[in-house]
Amino acid sequence: MTAEPMTTEQDLEAHFEDTIARDRRIEPRDWMPPKYRSNMVRQIAQHAHSEIIGMQPEGNWITRAPSLRRKAILLAKVQDEAGHGMYLYSAAETLGADRADLTRALIESRQKYSSIFNYPALSYADVGVIGWLVDGAAICNQVPLCRSSYGPYARAMIRICKEESFHQRQGYELLMTMMRGTQGQRDMVQDAVDRTWWPSLMMFGPPDADSPNTAQSMRWGVKRHTNDELRQRFVDMTVPQAERLGVTLPDPDLRWNEERGHYDFGPVDWDELKAVIAGNGPCNAQRLARRRAAHDEGAWVREAALAHAAKQHDQTRQNPSSERSRLTAGASNV
Amino acid sequence: MSDQGGWPLYEVFLRGKRGLNHVHVGSLHAADAEMALHHARDLYTRRNEGVSIWVVRASDITASSPDEKDPFFKPSGDKVYRHPTFYDIPDDVPHI
Repeated sequence: MTAEPMTTEQDLEAHFEDTIARDRRIEPRDWMPPKYRSNMVRQIAQHAHSEIIGMQPEGNWITRAPSLRRKAILLAKVQDEAGHGMYLYSAAETLGADRADLTRALIESRQKYSSIFNYPALSYADVGVIGWLVDGAAICNQVPLCRSSYGPYARAMIRICKEESFHQRQGYELLMTMMRGTQGQRDMVQDAVDRTWWPSLMMFGPPDADSPNTAQSMRWGVKRHTNDELRQRFVDMTVPQAERLGVTLPDPDLRWNEERGHYDFGPVDWDELKAVIAGNGPCNAQRLARRRAAHDEGAWVREAALAHAAKQHDQTRQNPSSERSRLTAGASNV
Repeated sequence: MSDQGGWPLYEVFLRGKRGLNHVHVGSLHAADAEMALHHARDLYTRRNEGVSIWVVRASDITASSPDEKDPFFKPSGDKVYRHPTFYDIPDDVPHI
C-alpha cells in the first residue's frame, strides 16, 4: 500500500450518492449526510409513535368485544401494533437515536404521530373500519417503504407489511359480518365509514404542491411515490371494496374517470388536517395523556426489573456455579 | 438512558427453522439476558418465525468499520484463484 488515502467529506458524500444511485441500501455505520440522518430519525420515530398511539382507539374495545373470537383477534392486532412500534424504535436507534429520548419527545409533543389516531372509535364497527380503511391506507403508504434506501427501516417495513395484511382482512371480514346482520348493524358500519373516510385520505399527508420536502425525499430513496400518487392508489383500491361491502363512501364527487383510468374524488378538507396536526383534533389531548400515564405508571416496573437484574448479577459473581446454564446452552455450539 | 430505567440494548438473532443459521432481526431493551429472551420471543416470533433465539448485549459486539471498507476486505479481492471459475478445464472432462 502506498500513502494513506485521504478520505474527505466529498469522497464520503460521493460514495453515499453512488450507493443511492445504484439503489443499494444505506446501512447503520455508513457515512450519511447529517440531513439524511435527521430526516430518517424523524420519519422512523414519527412512524413508531403512530404505531404506539395507534393501539389506543381500538384498545378501548378489547374488554367489550362481542365474542371471544373477536376479542382474541383484536388483542392480537393491538399486540402487533405494539410490536411494530418496537421494530421501528429499534431501527431509529441504529441511527444513534436514544429510545428514552424518543419516548420523551412523543409525550412532550415535540414529535408527531399520524393524525388519524386523534379521531375516536365510537362503536365496534370502528374496529372493522379502522382495519379496512386505516390499515388499508397504511399498507398503501408502507409497501413502497419496504424499498426505503435505509436498510434497517426497509427491513422493519417488510415485517410490518406482512402483519398488516391480517389487520386489513380481519377488519373487512368483521364489516362483512355486520353487513349481513340487522339494519342497526348496517347503520353502524355506514356511520363509521362516514366518519373515517376523509381522515383516512388525509393519512397520505398534504397535497404534493404543499409538500416541500417530497423532492429531496424522493431523490434520497426515502420516499418512493408522492402523497397524491399514493392517495389516488388508495381510492382506486378501495372503491370496489366499498361496493362489494354495500356501503357508500361519503363523497358526491367520487366517480370513475375513463380518460384518466382512475377515480376522481372531491376536495379534502386540508384545514381540518392542519388543525388536527396542530393538536386540535377530537382526541389529541386524551391520546397523549394516556401515553404519558402509561409511561409514568410503568416507571416502577422498569426500576424493579433493573434492581432485580443487578441483584442476580451480584449473586452470580459471588457464586458462579449457580449461574443458569440454560441461557448459554443454546449458544455453546456455534 | 436513565429515564428508560437504564435497560441496555440487546441485539436479537433468530434461527428460522432447523438447518438455517441464526440471522439478525433487530434489537430490544431489557434489564437482563433472560428478560431479553422473553421480549425477543414476544416481539420477533409472534407467528412462529423462529425455533431458537440468541440475544447479545449490543455493547459486546465488535464490528468492522465501514470507513476501512476497502483496505479491510482487500486481502480477498485479488485472489481470483480461490474461485472455481479461475481454472480452465476442457469441456469434454466429465463431472468437474
